[in-house]
Amino acid sequence: MSAPIKETAAVPAQRTTGTAPARPGSERSEGVVLNAFSHGFLALWALLIVLPLLWLVLSSFKTDAQIGGSAFGWPQHWSLGVFGRAWDKGIGDYFLNTVIVLVFSVPLTMLLGSMAAYVLARYQFWGNRFLYFFFVAGAMFPVFLALVPLFFMVKRLDMLNTYQGLILVYVAYSMPFTVFFMHAFFRTLPTAVFEAAVLDGASHTRTFFQVMLPMAKPGLISVGIFNTLGQWNQFILPTVLMQPQSGDDPERYVLTQGLIQLQQQMGYASDLPVLFAGVTIAMIPMLVVYLSFQRQVQAGLTSATLK
Amino acid sequence: MHKGQYRFVAGFLLAPVSLYLIFVIWPYIQTIGYSLTDWKGQSQTFKFIGLDNYKALFQDDVFMQAIWHNILFLIFIPVITILLALFFAFMLNAGGRSRAGGVRGVAGSQVYKIVYFFPQVLSLAIVAVLFNAVYRSDGGGLLNGFLIKLGLVDAENPMEWLNEPNLVLWMLVIAVVWHGVGFYLVLFSAAMQSIPRDIYEAALIDGAGRNQSFFRITLPLLWDTVQTAWVYLGIVAMDMFVLVSSMTQNMGAYGGGPDHHSDVMSTVMMRNFQYFGKSGYACAMGVVMLLLTLVLSVVMLRATRRDRVEF
Repeated sequence: MSAPIKETAAVPAQRTTGTAPARPGSERSEGVVLNAFSHGFLALWALLIVLPLLWLVLSSFKTDAQIGGSAFGWPQHWSLGVFGRAWDKGIGDYFLNTVIVLVFSVPLTMLLGSMAAYVLARYQFWGNRFLYFFFVAGAMFPVFLALVPLFFMVKRLDMLNTYQGLILVYVAYSMPFTVFFMHAFFRTLPTAVFEAAVLDGASHTRTFFQVMLPMAKPGLISVGIFNTLGQWNQFILPTVLMQPQSGDDPERYVLTQGLIQLQQQMGYASDLPVLFAGVTIAMIPMLVVYLSFQRQVQAGLTSATLK
Repeated sequence: MHKGQYRFVAGFLLAPVSLYLIFVIWPYIQTIGYSLTDWKGQSQTFKFIGLDNYKALFQDDVFMQAIWHNILFLIFIPVITILLALFFAFMLNAGGRSRAGGVRGVAGSQVYKIVYFFPQVLSLAIVAVLFNAVYRSDGGGLLNGFLIKLGLVDAENPMEWLNEPNLVLWMLVIAVVWHGVGFYLVLFSAAMQSIPRDIYEAALIDGAGRNQSFFRITLPLLWDTVQTAWVYLGIVAMDMFVLVSSMTQNMGAYGGGPDHHSDVMSTVMMRNFQYFGKSGYACAMGVVMLLLTLVLSVVMLRATRRDRVEF
């Protein structure tokens, strides 16, 4: 039993000098080689991510003929007019539609999701476990299972191709995950604060909104980011639910749907720069938000998945 | 519980539960019912036809081929993504000057993470447009252009990446992997950093090398995370609707070409529902998708089950 003690004592020393105990020389050169090796691979993958994106942005400044000609041509004139054209060709509307839907759907998701999760996490009542599983089970099923009846359900409610229809559907389909995550979060909050609030005479509703919800802020931010990205990037639900229903029903495409639509139109119209400009416009807010909240976005998405 | 408390609980549950019932649970249940009918969707009249839709499904070559494509995706998307993500996460965390193999990152690891993760915040629609441009069938495509420069592809006769029956699935896999690796890298990297340093130090004292400490320590302790990643990638592989429908040649509608070589269950289902108007038949496909998802999650959880290591 005495030997390990001696060896653990050697560890800090070994760390400060930077040499491994067994093979001092080989370990160091191996480290250098591995370091160069890993940087090589890491840089290569970084280039594979960045270069295609930059190339696409650059392509929006080219002419259609140039785009078809060579992949490595350089734009002849740097005119920003193409972005204006892309905006007018629909990107502006698609953008606005997406924002209108999300402004309502994300807060509503968070509100209803945390209300349900809170009650399920904090109150004992008959059917509690059943309701919890009822919510969580939805996360397991593919959305395609529901698509056909969902379409006719929304049609019967006269909400096809309306913002309110899409908002309600987004909220409903975000419930399983939001309830699951917030349920876990509310369980970890201390009971003492809750009891103090009740003793002070606060009603249940008031306790929730003024005490518990503010305490759950880190969880709300994680799920909020997750839901915002998920709903912003949603494609199949708007594809089914947001089609003009008659000749005079205006298009209310969201951004993802609109980009695919634009891809078809611009392919026929031989005006690909407009498409690429559209994609660039669609990427910019994501890039800005991502770079400014990069840490929260990464933490939010990964912790949301791991719970 | 007091009466007031009941009223509070019911009040808080009313809106979420009813929304969820109307738009999620009830349609799920209805799908199973409609899958037993010959409903065409236009009229409200339909006949009960028992399992005829399912019988027809198993004779539908397009759908059977689509199931096979989903299975291929289910194997290759998770395997490639997880291996790449593990490799890069290990490089980021262990490639640095740290002697104890796995805690300190390489210089600039934060920058790498920011770059790698970025595709994950882009929608698959953007990924589809990007890869359509990269895979263009003339010299203007990035991939063809690059290979022409290297002399690997004939400039007169460039590759039609998305029109080659044997290539199209792989081209889609590349796009998915490009989109996903960064996310799983960050996931694995966070898990690696939570492994206590003393474990590596103990292994080092016992004479373990870098590889040994990766396979004997890092990987077993990451197993839970790898399993989670597998489930999430499995869901991606079962879907694939956005990329297939917007990148491949249309087989009527919703992609799937050339000659159904890239069709997946979701595109076949949507085509039957919205293009052919066969609602009942499409519902049967939805049910098959559900059954396959359930079978696969059971299989995956069984196959990857290990004793959980607490630390």
